[in-house]
Amino acid sequence: MSIFVDDDTRVVVQGITGGEGKFHTGQMLDYGTNVVAGAVPGKGGQEVDGVPVYDTVDQAVEAEDANASVVFVPPAFAGDAIFEALDTDLELVVAITEGVPTQDMAKVNKRLGEVDTKLLGPNCPGIITPGEAKLGILPGNIFESGNVGLVSRSGTLTYQVVSNLTERGIGQTTAIGIGGDPIIGTSFVDALEAFEADTDTDAVVMCGEIGGEDEEQAAKFIAENMDTPVAGFIAGRTAPPGKRMGHAGAIVSGSGTGTAESKISALNDAGVPVGDTPEEVADAIEDFL
Amino acid sequence: MKLHEYQAKELFADAGIPVPESHLADSVDGVLEAVSEIGYPAAIKAQVHVGGRGKAGGIKIATTEDEAREAAEAILGMDLKGYTVDQVLVEQGVDFVDEYYVGVTMDRGEGEPVAMVSTKGGVDIEQVAEEDPDAIAQEHIDPAFGLHPYQARKVVYDAGVPAEYARDVTAILSTLYDLYESNDASDIEVNPVMITSDDDVIAADAVMNIDEDALFRHPDLAEMEEDAYQNDLERKAGEYGFDYVRLSGNTGIIGNGAGLVMTTLDLVDYYGGTPANFLDIGGGAKAARVANALDMVFSDENVDSVVFNIFGGITRGDEVAKGINEALEQFDEIPKPVVVRLAGTNAEEGMEILNTDLVQVEATLADAVQRAVENADEVAQ
Repeated sequence: MSIFVDDDTRVVVQGITGGEGKFHTGQMLDYGTNVVAGAVPGKGGQEVDGVPVYDTVDQAVEAEDANASVVFVPPAFAGDAIFEALDTDLELVVAITEGVPTQDMAKVNKRLGEVDTKLLGPNCPGIITPGEAKLGILPGNIFESGNVGLVSRSGTLTYQVVSNLTERGIGQTTAIGIGGDPIIGTSFVDALEAFEADTDTDAVVMCGEIGGEDEEQAAKFIAENMDTPVAGFIAGRTAPPGKRMGHAGAIVSGSGTGTAESKISALNDAGVPVGDTPEEVADAIEDFL
Repeated sequence: MKLHEYQAKELFADAGIPVPESHLADSVDGVLEAVSEIGYPAAIKAQVHVGGRGKAGGIKIATTEDEAREAAEAILGMDLKGYTVDQVLVEQGVDFVDEYYVGVTMDRGEGEPVAMVSTKGGVDIEQVAEEDPDAIAQEHIDPAFGLHPYQARKVVYDAGVPAEYARDVTAILSTLYDLYESNDASDIEVNPVMITSDDDVIAADAVMNIDEDALFRHPDLAEMEEDAYQNDLERKAGEYGFDYVRLSGNTGIIGNGAGLVMTTLDLVDYYGGTPANFLDIGGGAKAARVANALDMVFSDENVDSVVFNIFGGITRGDEVAKGINEALEQFDEIPKPVVVRLAGTNAEEGMEILNTDLVQVEATLADAVQRAVENADEVAQ
């Protein structure tokens, strides 16, 4: 089993005719994902890699029976594209776009509370259930099907940790990038809850980073609600306060909230071992299995 | 992106928030000229992106021309927590009887903006939040509707602002929210709002930070950005379009993806080294961009050794290798030892292209970082 996506997931790609949209549609198709439609205003009737393009998400969903979308729309229009997807009754929307204005996301966030659709991202690498479906930009070849769930705020750090797992023959049920922005859809807690309910997931890796309090909330959730063992990693131990470390959300505030120390100690208190290196995270997972 | 106090105050004044009369000056003569127009007492305030300017000696009050000259000479050119003061705001001194705090920021946890008012202004508000959280009244704002007038009144009354000032403070808060929204601010605050001895309510300080991701729709604000860099390297990084933060160590770090670059910094520290910088080349970087990154890190005199850590998703190993070759082949002698670790998309193709006479190659992240730290130690000796 897996969470959120599998080989029944039918995907519409928003922004399929753009450079990134086109390239990654090809990559997703190669991986075996059911990319059934594209949506780009003014490009209805065209095809990309044999995938039919529609002018609106609504038309695409209607015609091709899609239940998920991936957003590759540029930042200035991404908020609008996510709204369009949320208003179409999809089960999952994956927003890859980096650099969406925070106030646009605050409005999206409000809407999210009113619909049943899940949002991943924005500014995330996407989600993969190895061997079944990949929605996003993750390099498929480093993943292997198995029994470990992974949830992370960072893309390339996910690849690093996954390769440490895969090298030891430890595969994954599903790997999720939730995104590095201050306001995101699916949180650590949402993903952990789904992994806890998934009978095939025997252990979970959680990769956090400085900024915000999502990791602290996740620690509380793990202590109170999870039987599945979790191992953690927190990036940004050496980050100075007040400096944005790449991700818009990765910043330790002047008052000292959002520090790596606070997150690591919250996780340790919840019984979660936190590795000093990615290798140590893989060690901890190996011990659990 | 942070605005200077004078920039924020211009926006405030244009929107109708009362601010003290002030002039910007960049020389001692300019300060004296400004003071002669404004009169005494006058506040001379360093315009740098640093909190706690007052305590650090960046704000002085002058009651005579001699004092004004002394203050100008002391502050202009001074180093304030790593920033050189080039400009000061010369501002009418205000005789106040009380100080409040008014601000709007994004509550990340709730995913919506929050308005905050306190009658304990004039001190570090984060300290108030820690020691006496009940002293700060808060009201969350539905971003689809904005701040309702009743909400602005409510938070002002909840904070305990006396009735005779409530209307003016409410007006300042409502205008601040409008500015927050229309300029895509991430924070906006006035600390303190001063109640003057004449019962006027004015904004004596101004903090306004803009969401950098929204600058594309605020070209007027984007123009203000260039003088906000702390040093030449950060300016250069801005021109190249890199996410870059300079630190104090001697191991230079280049990588792709914020989380992985942060992890590389942490590992340099873990293996006993000191990170010199955070540099994220972003996703999908081509050869020229990779070469620019090396140029950046080489031009930092603190750097003794460099580690290049790439895990390709959209970034391709062959492009990275080409960029490294291009950057290094122009030197007769490589200025600082470079360790390269390539993994992920097209890593094998990259390894075939990479000129290994010019760089040291390691297969794993841990080995690459340890080697770079050793190199840094050797060069530093």
